[in-house]
Amino acid sequence: MNNVTLPAYPGEQHINQVRVIRSEWIKLRSLPSTIWCLLATVALVVGVGLAYTTLRVARPPADPTTFDAVSVSLSGVQLAQFAIGVLGVLFITGEYATASIRVSLAAVPGRLPMLWGKAVAFGLTTLVISVPAVLASFLAGQSILSAQDLDIGLGEPGVVRAVLGSALFLTAVGLLGLSLGALLRNTAGGISALFGLLFAPQLVLGLLPESVSDAAYRYLPTPAGAAVSSVHQDPLALGPWTGFALFCLYPVIVLGLAAWQLRRRDA
Amino acid sequence: MIEARKLTKRYGDKLAVDGLTFTVSPGMVTGFLGPNGAGKSTTMRMILGLDAPTSGSVLVNGKPYRAHTAPLREVGALLEARSIHPGRSAYNHLLALARTSGIHRSRVDEVIEAVGLAGVARRRAGKFSLGMGQRLGIATAMLGDPHTVILDEPLNGLDTDGIRWVRALLQSLAAEGRTVFVSSHLMSEMALTAQHLIVIGKGRLIADTGVAEFVRAGSRSVVRVRTTHPDALAPRLSGPGIEVSFDRDNTLTVSGLTTDQIGMAAGAAGITLLELTAEQASLEEVFIDLTRDAVEHRANTVGATP
Ligand SMILES: Nc1ncnc2c1ncn2[C@@H]1O[C@H](COP(=O)(O)OP(=O)(O)OP(=O)(O)O)[C@@H](O)[C@H]1O
Ligand SMILES: [Mg+2]
Repeated sequence: MNNVTLPAYPGEQHINQVRVIRSEWIKLRSLPSTIWCLLATVALVVGVGLAYTTLRVARPPADPTTFDAVSVSLSGVQLAQFAIGVLGVLFITGEYATASIRVSLAAVPGRLPMLWGKAVAFGLTTLVISVPAVLASFLAGQSILSAQDLDIGLGEPGVVRAVLGSALFLTAVGLLGLSLGALLRNTAGGISALFGLLFAPQLVLGLLPESVSDAAYRYLPTPAGAAVSSVHQDPLALGPWTGFALFCLYPVIVLGLAAWQLRRRDA
Repeated sequence: MIEARKLTKRYGDKLAVDGLTFTVSPGMVTGFLGPNGAGKSTTMRMILGLDAPTSGSVLVNGKPYRAHTAPLREVGALLEARSIHPGRSAYNHLLALARTSGIHRSRVDEVIEAVGLAGVARRRAGKFSLGMGQRLGIATAMLGDPHTVILDEPLNGLDTDGIRWVRALLQSLAAEGRTVFVSSHLMSEMALTAQHLIVIGKGRLIADTGVAEFVRAGSRSVVRVRTTHPDALAPRLSGPGIEVSFDRDNTLTVSGLTTDQIGMAAGAAGITLLELTAEQASLEEVFIDLTRDAVEHRANTVGATP
């Protein structure tokens, strides 16, 4: 404290995208709340998946051919998406709430590398924790289902796609949360918008005539995104990858808007 | 070097910064003074490209800040104390910043050590006091060993030791040839820290001078006269440019005359003087005088000015 001269730092310090991604990774991993949200995501995927599977085994379906063993074992994803989506929102709105966004943007004055860095660091982290979570949930679920011969193997058509697709879906929801947080700069706003996007369209559609709602249903975010995680094709839904691609458009568009706004609005 | 040219910022219908033109030179500490709401923080945010000017421009070392490829090398800034996520440790906060520019881990330890946060750097910053927050802000500013240092009210919340330390640090940074730009709303703070002053009020430039010139230019010499017969003396002191006011205890406050002139006038009239004192206005008084018309949030009670 008495020493008033600081040693010089001669090292090179040019900014680049890879460095900014690493910086965002440190921000992500250094908050206890992040760790809790990630653990909650895994726990929800596996825990809810197993609980629901156990429930279904206790009451086996009358017609086993309509039984979707993959969806049942991955049903935890439906709840886990909220944990990961909220974490996405918080990852950026937390910086606005604490004014540390100004510190971040002063270090990355180009601004956009910070947003891309967040998206990459968060997207990869989500994917890396989601894949083992859905795999574990799937495998454990199948072993429970095998008691009633309802299980399905990873080798069956569409199963690997559905399992990994669920992990991709979780990642896309997380990125949607991040994008909404970046656009709205406010935690409550970001979370409401996320839940609104995932839920409200179905509710609104329910009020419309059936002919309209049947045609439009497949294009809504949640049904479109859910198609990839089931092996039984819903006649009203889009194909698995078409649906997922459509779902990914939402985070992409919102992220684009957030980027455009980040460049022109005051921090 | 910071060069602002006709820098202007409007928020809605509020003109926060109004056509500021100034240059902050390297090699000395430049104080950025103004009452609350004068536009100091807004100006600093514009220097860092965080807020876009409504019109005008500001360059850091010849370029807009945004155009620098090694920004932390160029400018180290402390904008608001405790601009840190409360759940994150000071160490991780600094490490994340360091990573954006490939600054080594050891530098993070170095700045933490230098500001005296080594004992608490691994703990959550949420429990930091204001003073610890300021120290962390200074550590943040020093991270990249920057050419230019911009600090918004760095002395707020520091104890006497801390203030002395920051002053010494600023002096040594300036002596190394860096540009040091420090805001404050207290003249007395800057008088001891800065060599140059940029004073603003209501977003406009009021003064841009050395500290010594500032005092000389702004100071009015006032003479306090205590006499047995103030009523008799006052009329003999009148004249163009001379102001006389009556105070308590038979005392007159006279401006525009020297002690010699007053003493001779009293002698000529046979009036006994009990006290004759020349008073130099303090820096604080000069500052308050200068910014009187530009005070944004004036207290209603008379005498509330510090
Ligand atoms: N983001 C903003 N939106 C609207 N008005 C703002 C914004 N930022 C600042 N202002 C207004 O601009 C004026 C200047 O504010 P600024 O914070 O720059 O003053 P300051 O000199 O730093 O004051 P202080 O000594 O209190 O820190 C104030 O009237 C303030 O209310
Ligand atoms: Mg301020």
